[in-house]
Amino acid sequence: MFFLKLVARNALRARLRTALTVLGLVIALAAFGLLQTVVQAWYAGADAASPTRLVTRNSISLVFPLPIYYRDKIRTIDGVRSVAVSNWFGGVWRDERNFFAQFAVDSPQYFAMYPEFVFEPGQWADYLRDRRGAAVGRQLADLYGFKVGDRLPLRGTIYPGNHEFTVRAIFDGRDQGTITRQMYFHYDYLNEFLKARFPRGANNVGVFVVDVDDPARVADIARAIDAEFASSLAETLTETEKAFQLSFVAMVETIVQVISGVSYIVIAIILAVAANTMAMTARERLSEYATLKALGFGPAFVARLVLAESLVIAAAGGMLAMALTPVAAAGFFDSVGRTLFARFEVVPSTYALQAAAALAVGVLAALVPMLRSARVRIVEGLRHVG
Amino acid sequence: MASEVRVQRSPQAATAALIEIRGVAKSYTRGEQQVPVLTDINLDIGRGDFVALMGPSGSGKSTLLNLVAGIDKPDAGAIIIAGADITRLDETELAAWRAASVGFVFQFYNLMPVLTAWENVELPLLLTSLSRRERAERVEAVLALVGLSDRMDHRPNELSGGQQQRVAIARAVVTDPLLLIADEPTGDLDRASAAEILKLLDRLNLGLGKTIVMVTHDPRAAEAAHHLIYLDKGKLTDTSPFAH
Repeated sequence: MFFLKLVARNALRARLRTALTVLGLVIALAAFGLLQTVVQAWYAGADAASPTRLVTRNSISLVFPLPIYYRDKIRTIDGVRSVAVSNWFGGVWRDERNFFAQFAVDSPQYFAMYPEFVFEPGQWADYLRDRRGAAVGRQLADLYGFKVGDRLPLRGTIYPGNHEFTVRAIFDGRDQGTITRQMYFHYDYLNEFLKARFPRGANNVGVFVVDVDDPARVADIARAIDAEFASSLAETLTETEKAFQLSFVAMVETIVQVISGVSYIVIAIILAVAANTMAMTARERLSEYATLKALGFGPAFVARLVLAESLVIAAAGGMLAMALTPVAAAGFFDSVGRTLFARFEVVPSTYALQAAAALAVGVLAALVPMLRSARVRIVEGLRHVG
Repeated sequence: MASEVRVQRSPQAATAALIEIRGVAKSYTRGEQQVPVLTDINLDIGRGDFVALMGPSGSGKSTLLNLVAGIDKPDAGAIIIAGADITRLDETELAAWRAASVGFVFQFYNLMPVLTAWENVELPLLLTSLSRRERAERVEAVLALVGLSDRMDHRPNELSGGQQQRVAIARAVVTDPLLLIADEPTGDLDRASAAEILKLLDRLNLGLGKTIVMVTHDPRAAEAAHHLIYLDKGKLTDTSPFAH
């Protein structure tokens, strides 16, 4: 009780200095949390991937398509439950800044594999009926204000021309983790467009999505699929949906790593600031620590006093930062994050990282002053003028 | 030549030596040089005595006080206090010994600025096994003894220098130690406050029988003591008993 009272009063002794240090901690730890949330958001798509879904693509690169007849061959491989096609479209809606993903899919097969996308039955039927129908995710619809019945014109970049779609369905995510920030339309429309305008590009697809019956056998099934097309004109590479998603993150991995690195540099900077504060504090109080030791308190008591004060300051900064981070994240998402990320939430592991960082700053900042205060010779400390 | 002095209190209170200093030497390292501060000191101080250590700056009086208080260690010799050679104690044992046996009064009071007068006085009692109630009784008693019962909730910065020194004295005696160590206790005080503090020390010595060893430059403070010990260049040079 006495110890805690002494620690609390010491912490509030130089109020301005303590307040500025706590403020620095709040800013640094909140920035750390925000940057970690950005890193997490990059991996959100991969986190939502299913363990029973594989993605088969051209082994050379995603840029190279696969013949559509591979679908029937893949379907015959043992362990494969169903196969769907998915083709990146790359259209622009009004302005290039309005980026969102569009996929041409064979809708009945594709959405059967994605139970996490929930359709209202009437809208689903309307979507299937309309060859130029579009199914838009709820997050995307909310972002750009799309409603069922809206015209949705896209300017093709990979498939040049103006493509007119009509929003026939807006699907929801089964849970909060489901990303619904994309648009789907019928592969048949795209293929017929290609047959008419670019016949050599027709009957090709970007990837096959393969649903397997046993998650434990995905590796064997992936090998079997790739073996089927070995030494063919278009060899395949089959991987889990998660690995496939992560390969996209890998394209920008350097940026993600830099963001992550910067977040830790911020912590290193605030560690230096907090260590300086604690060093100043301990230096000013050397004569008090020497007095305590003269009275019979041991070096461990003095060390605990310095450590506890540092931890109190770090905890105050850490808790305020953790309270502030979701607010900062919401602000970031509303201002710039919406066009980049489908999901931008501060996850529990980020809070845990913030708490760990605050604890580390508290302990490390106190380390040198703690040792110095505990080791100071009483006669030297008593002579010290703070 | 060894400096050897035997100091005892006025005859009515003279008892066996509480402090026996035998062949104590201490030097400091300055750069690569060893600078002797105390050389072969031999001294007895009787139980219940009030001794003033005087001498010019650098004579070694504060060093001798620190050695007797157990906050510094000699290079050679023995310091036997109440039969125990404190030079043989390790840091932990020495800390426990100080907590139980020594009360400190410093020139600049050395109170904890964030604690009230009450809490400062209670501080040494936290190292004892006394209950909260027993601690409170003792703190109340010593604050009354030093005349600060009405200032117990004040922090040091709300007290005058003389009042702060009285709090420090209360803190020094609250554990009922064998020995009071006073390092220039009046050095930072005006004449009136200094006189009050000296009167208080005298009362502790005569009324409660506390043994007091005090370093001072102030001849008036020295007059309050029963014996003067002079040091010069690290050696005892003279003692002058006062009739008290």
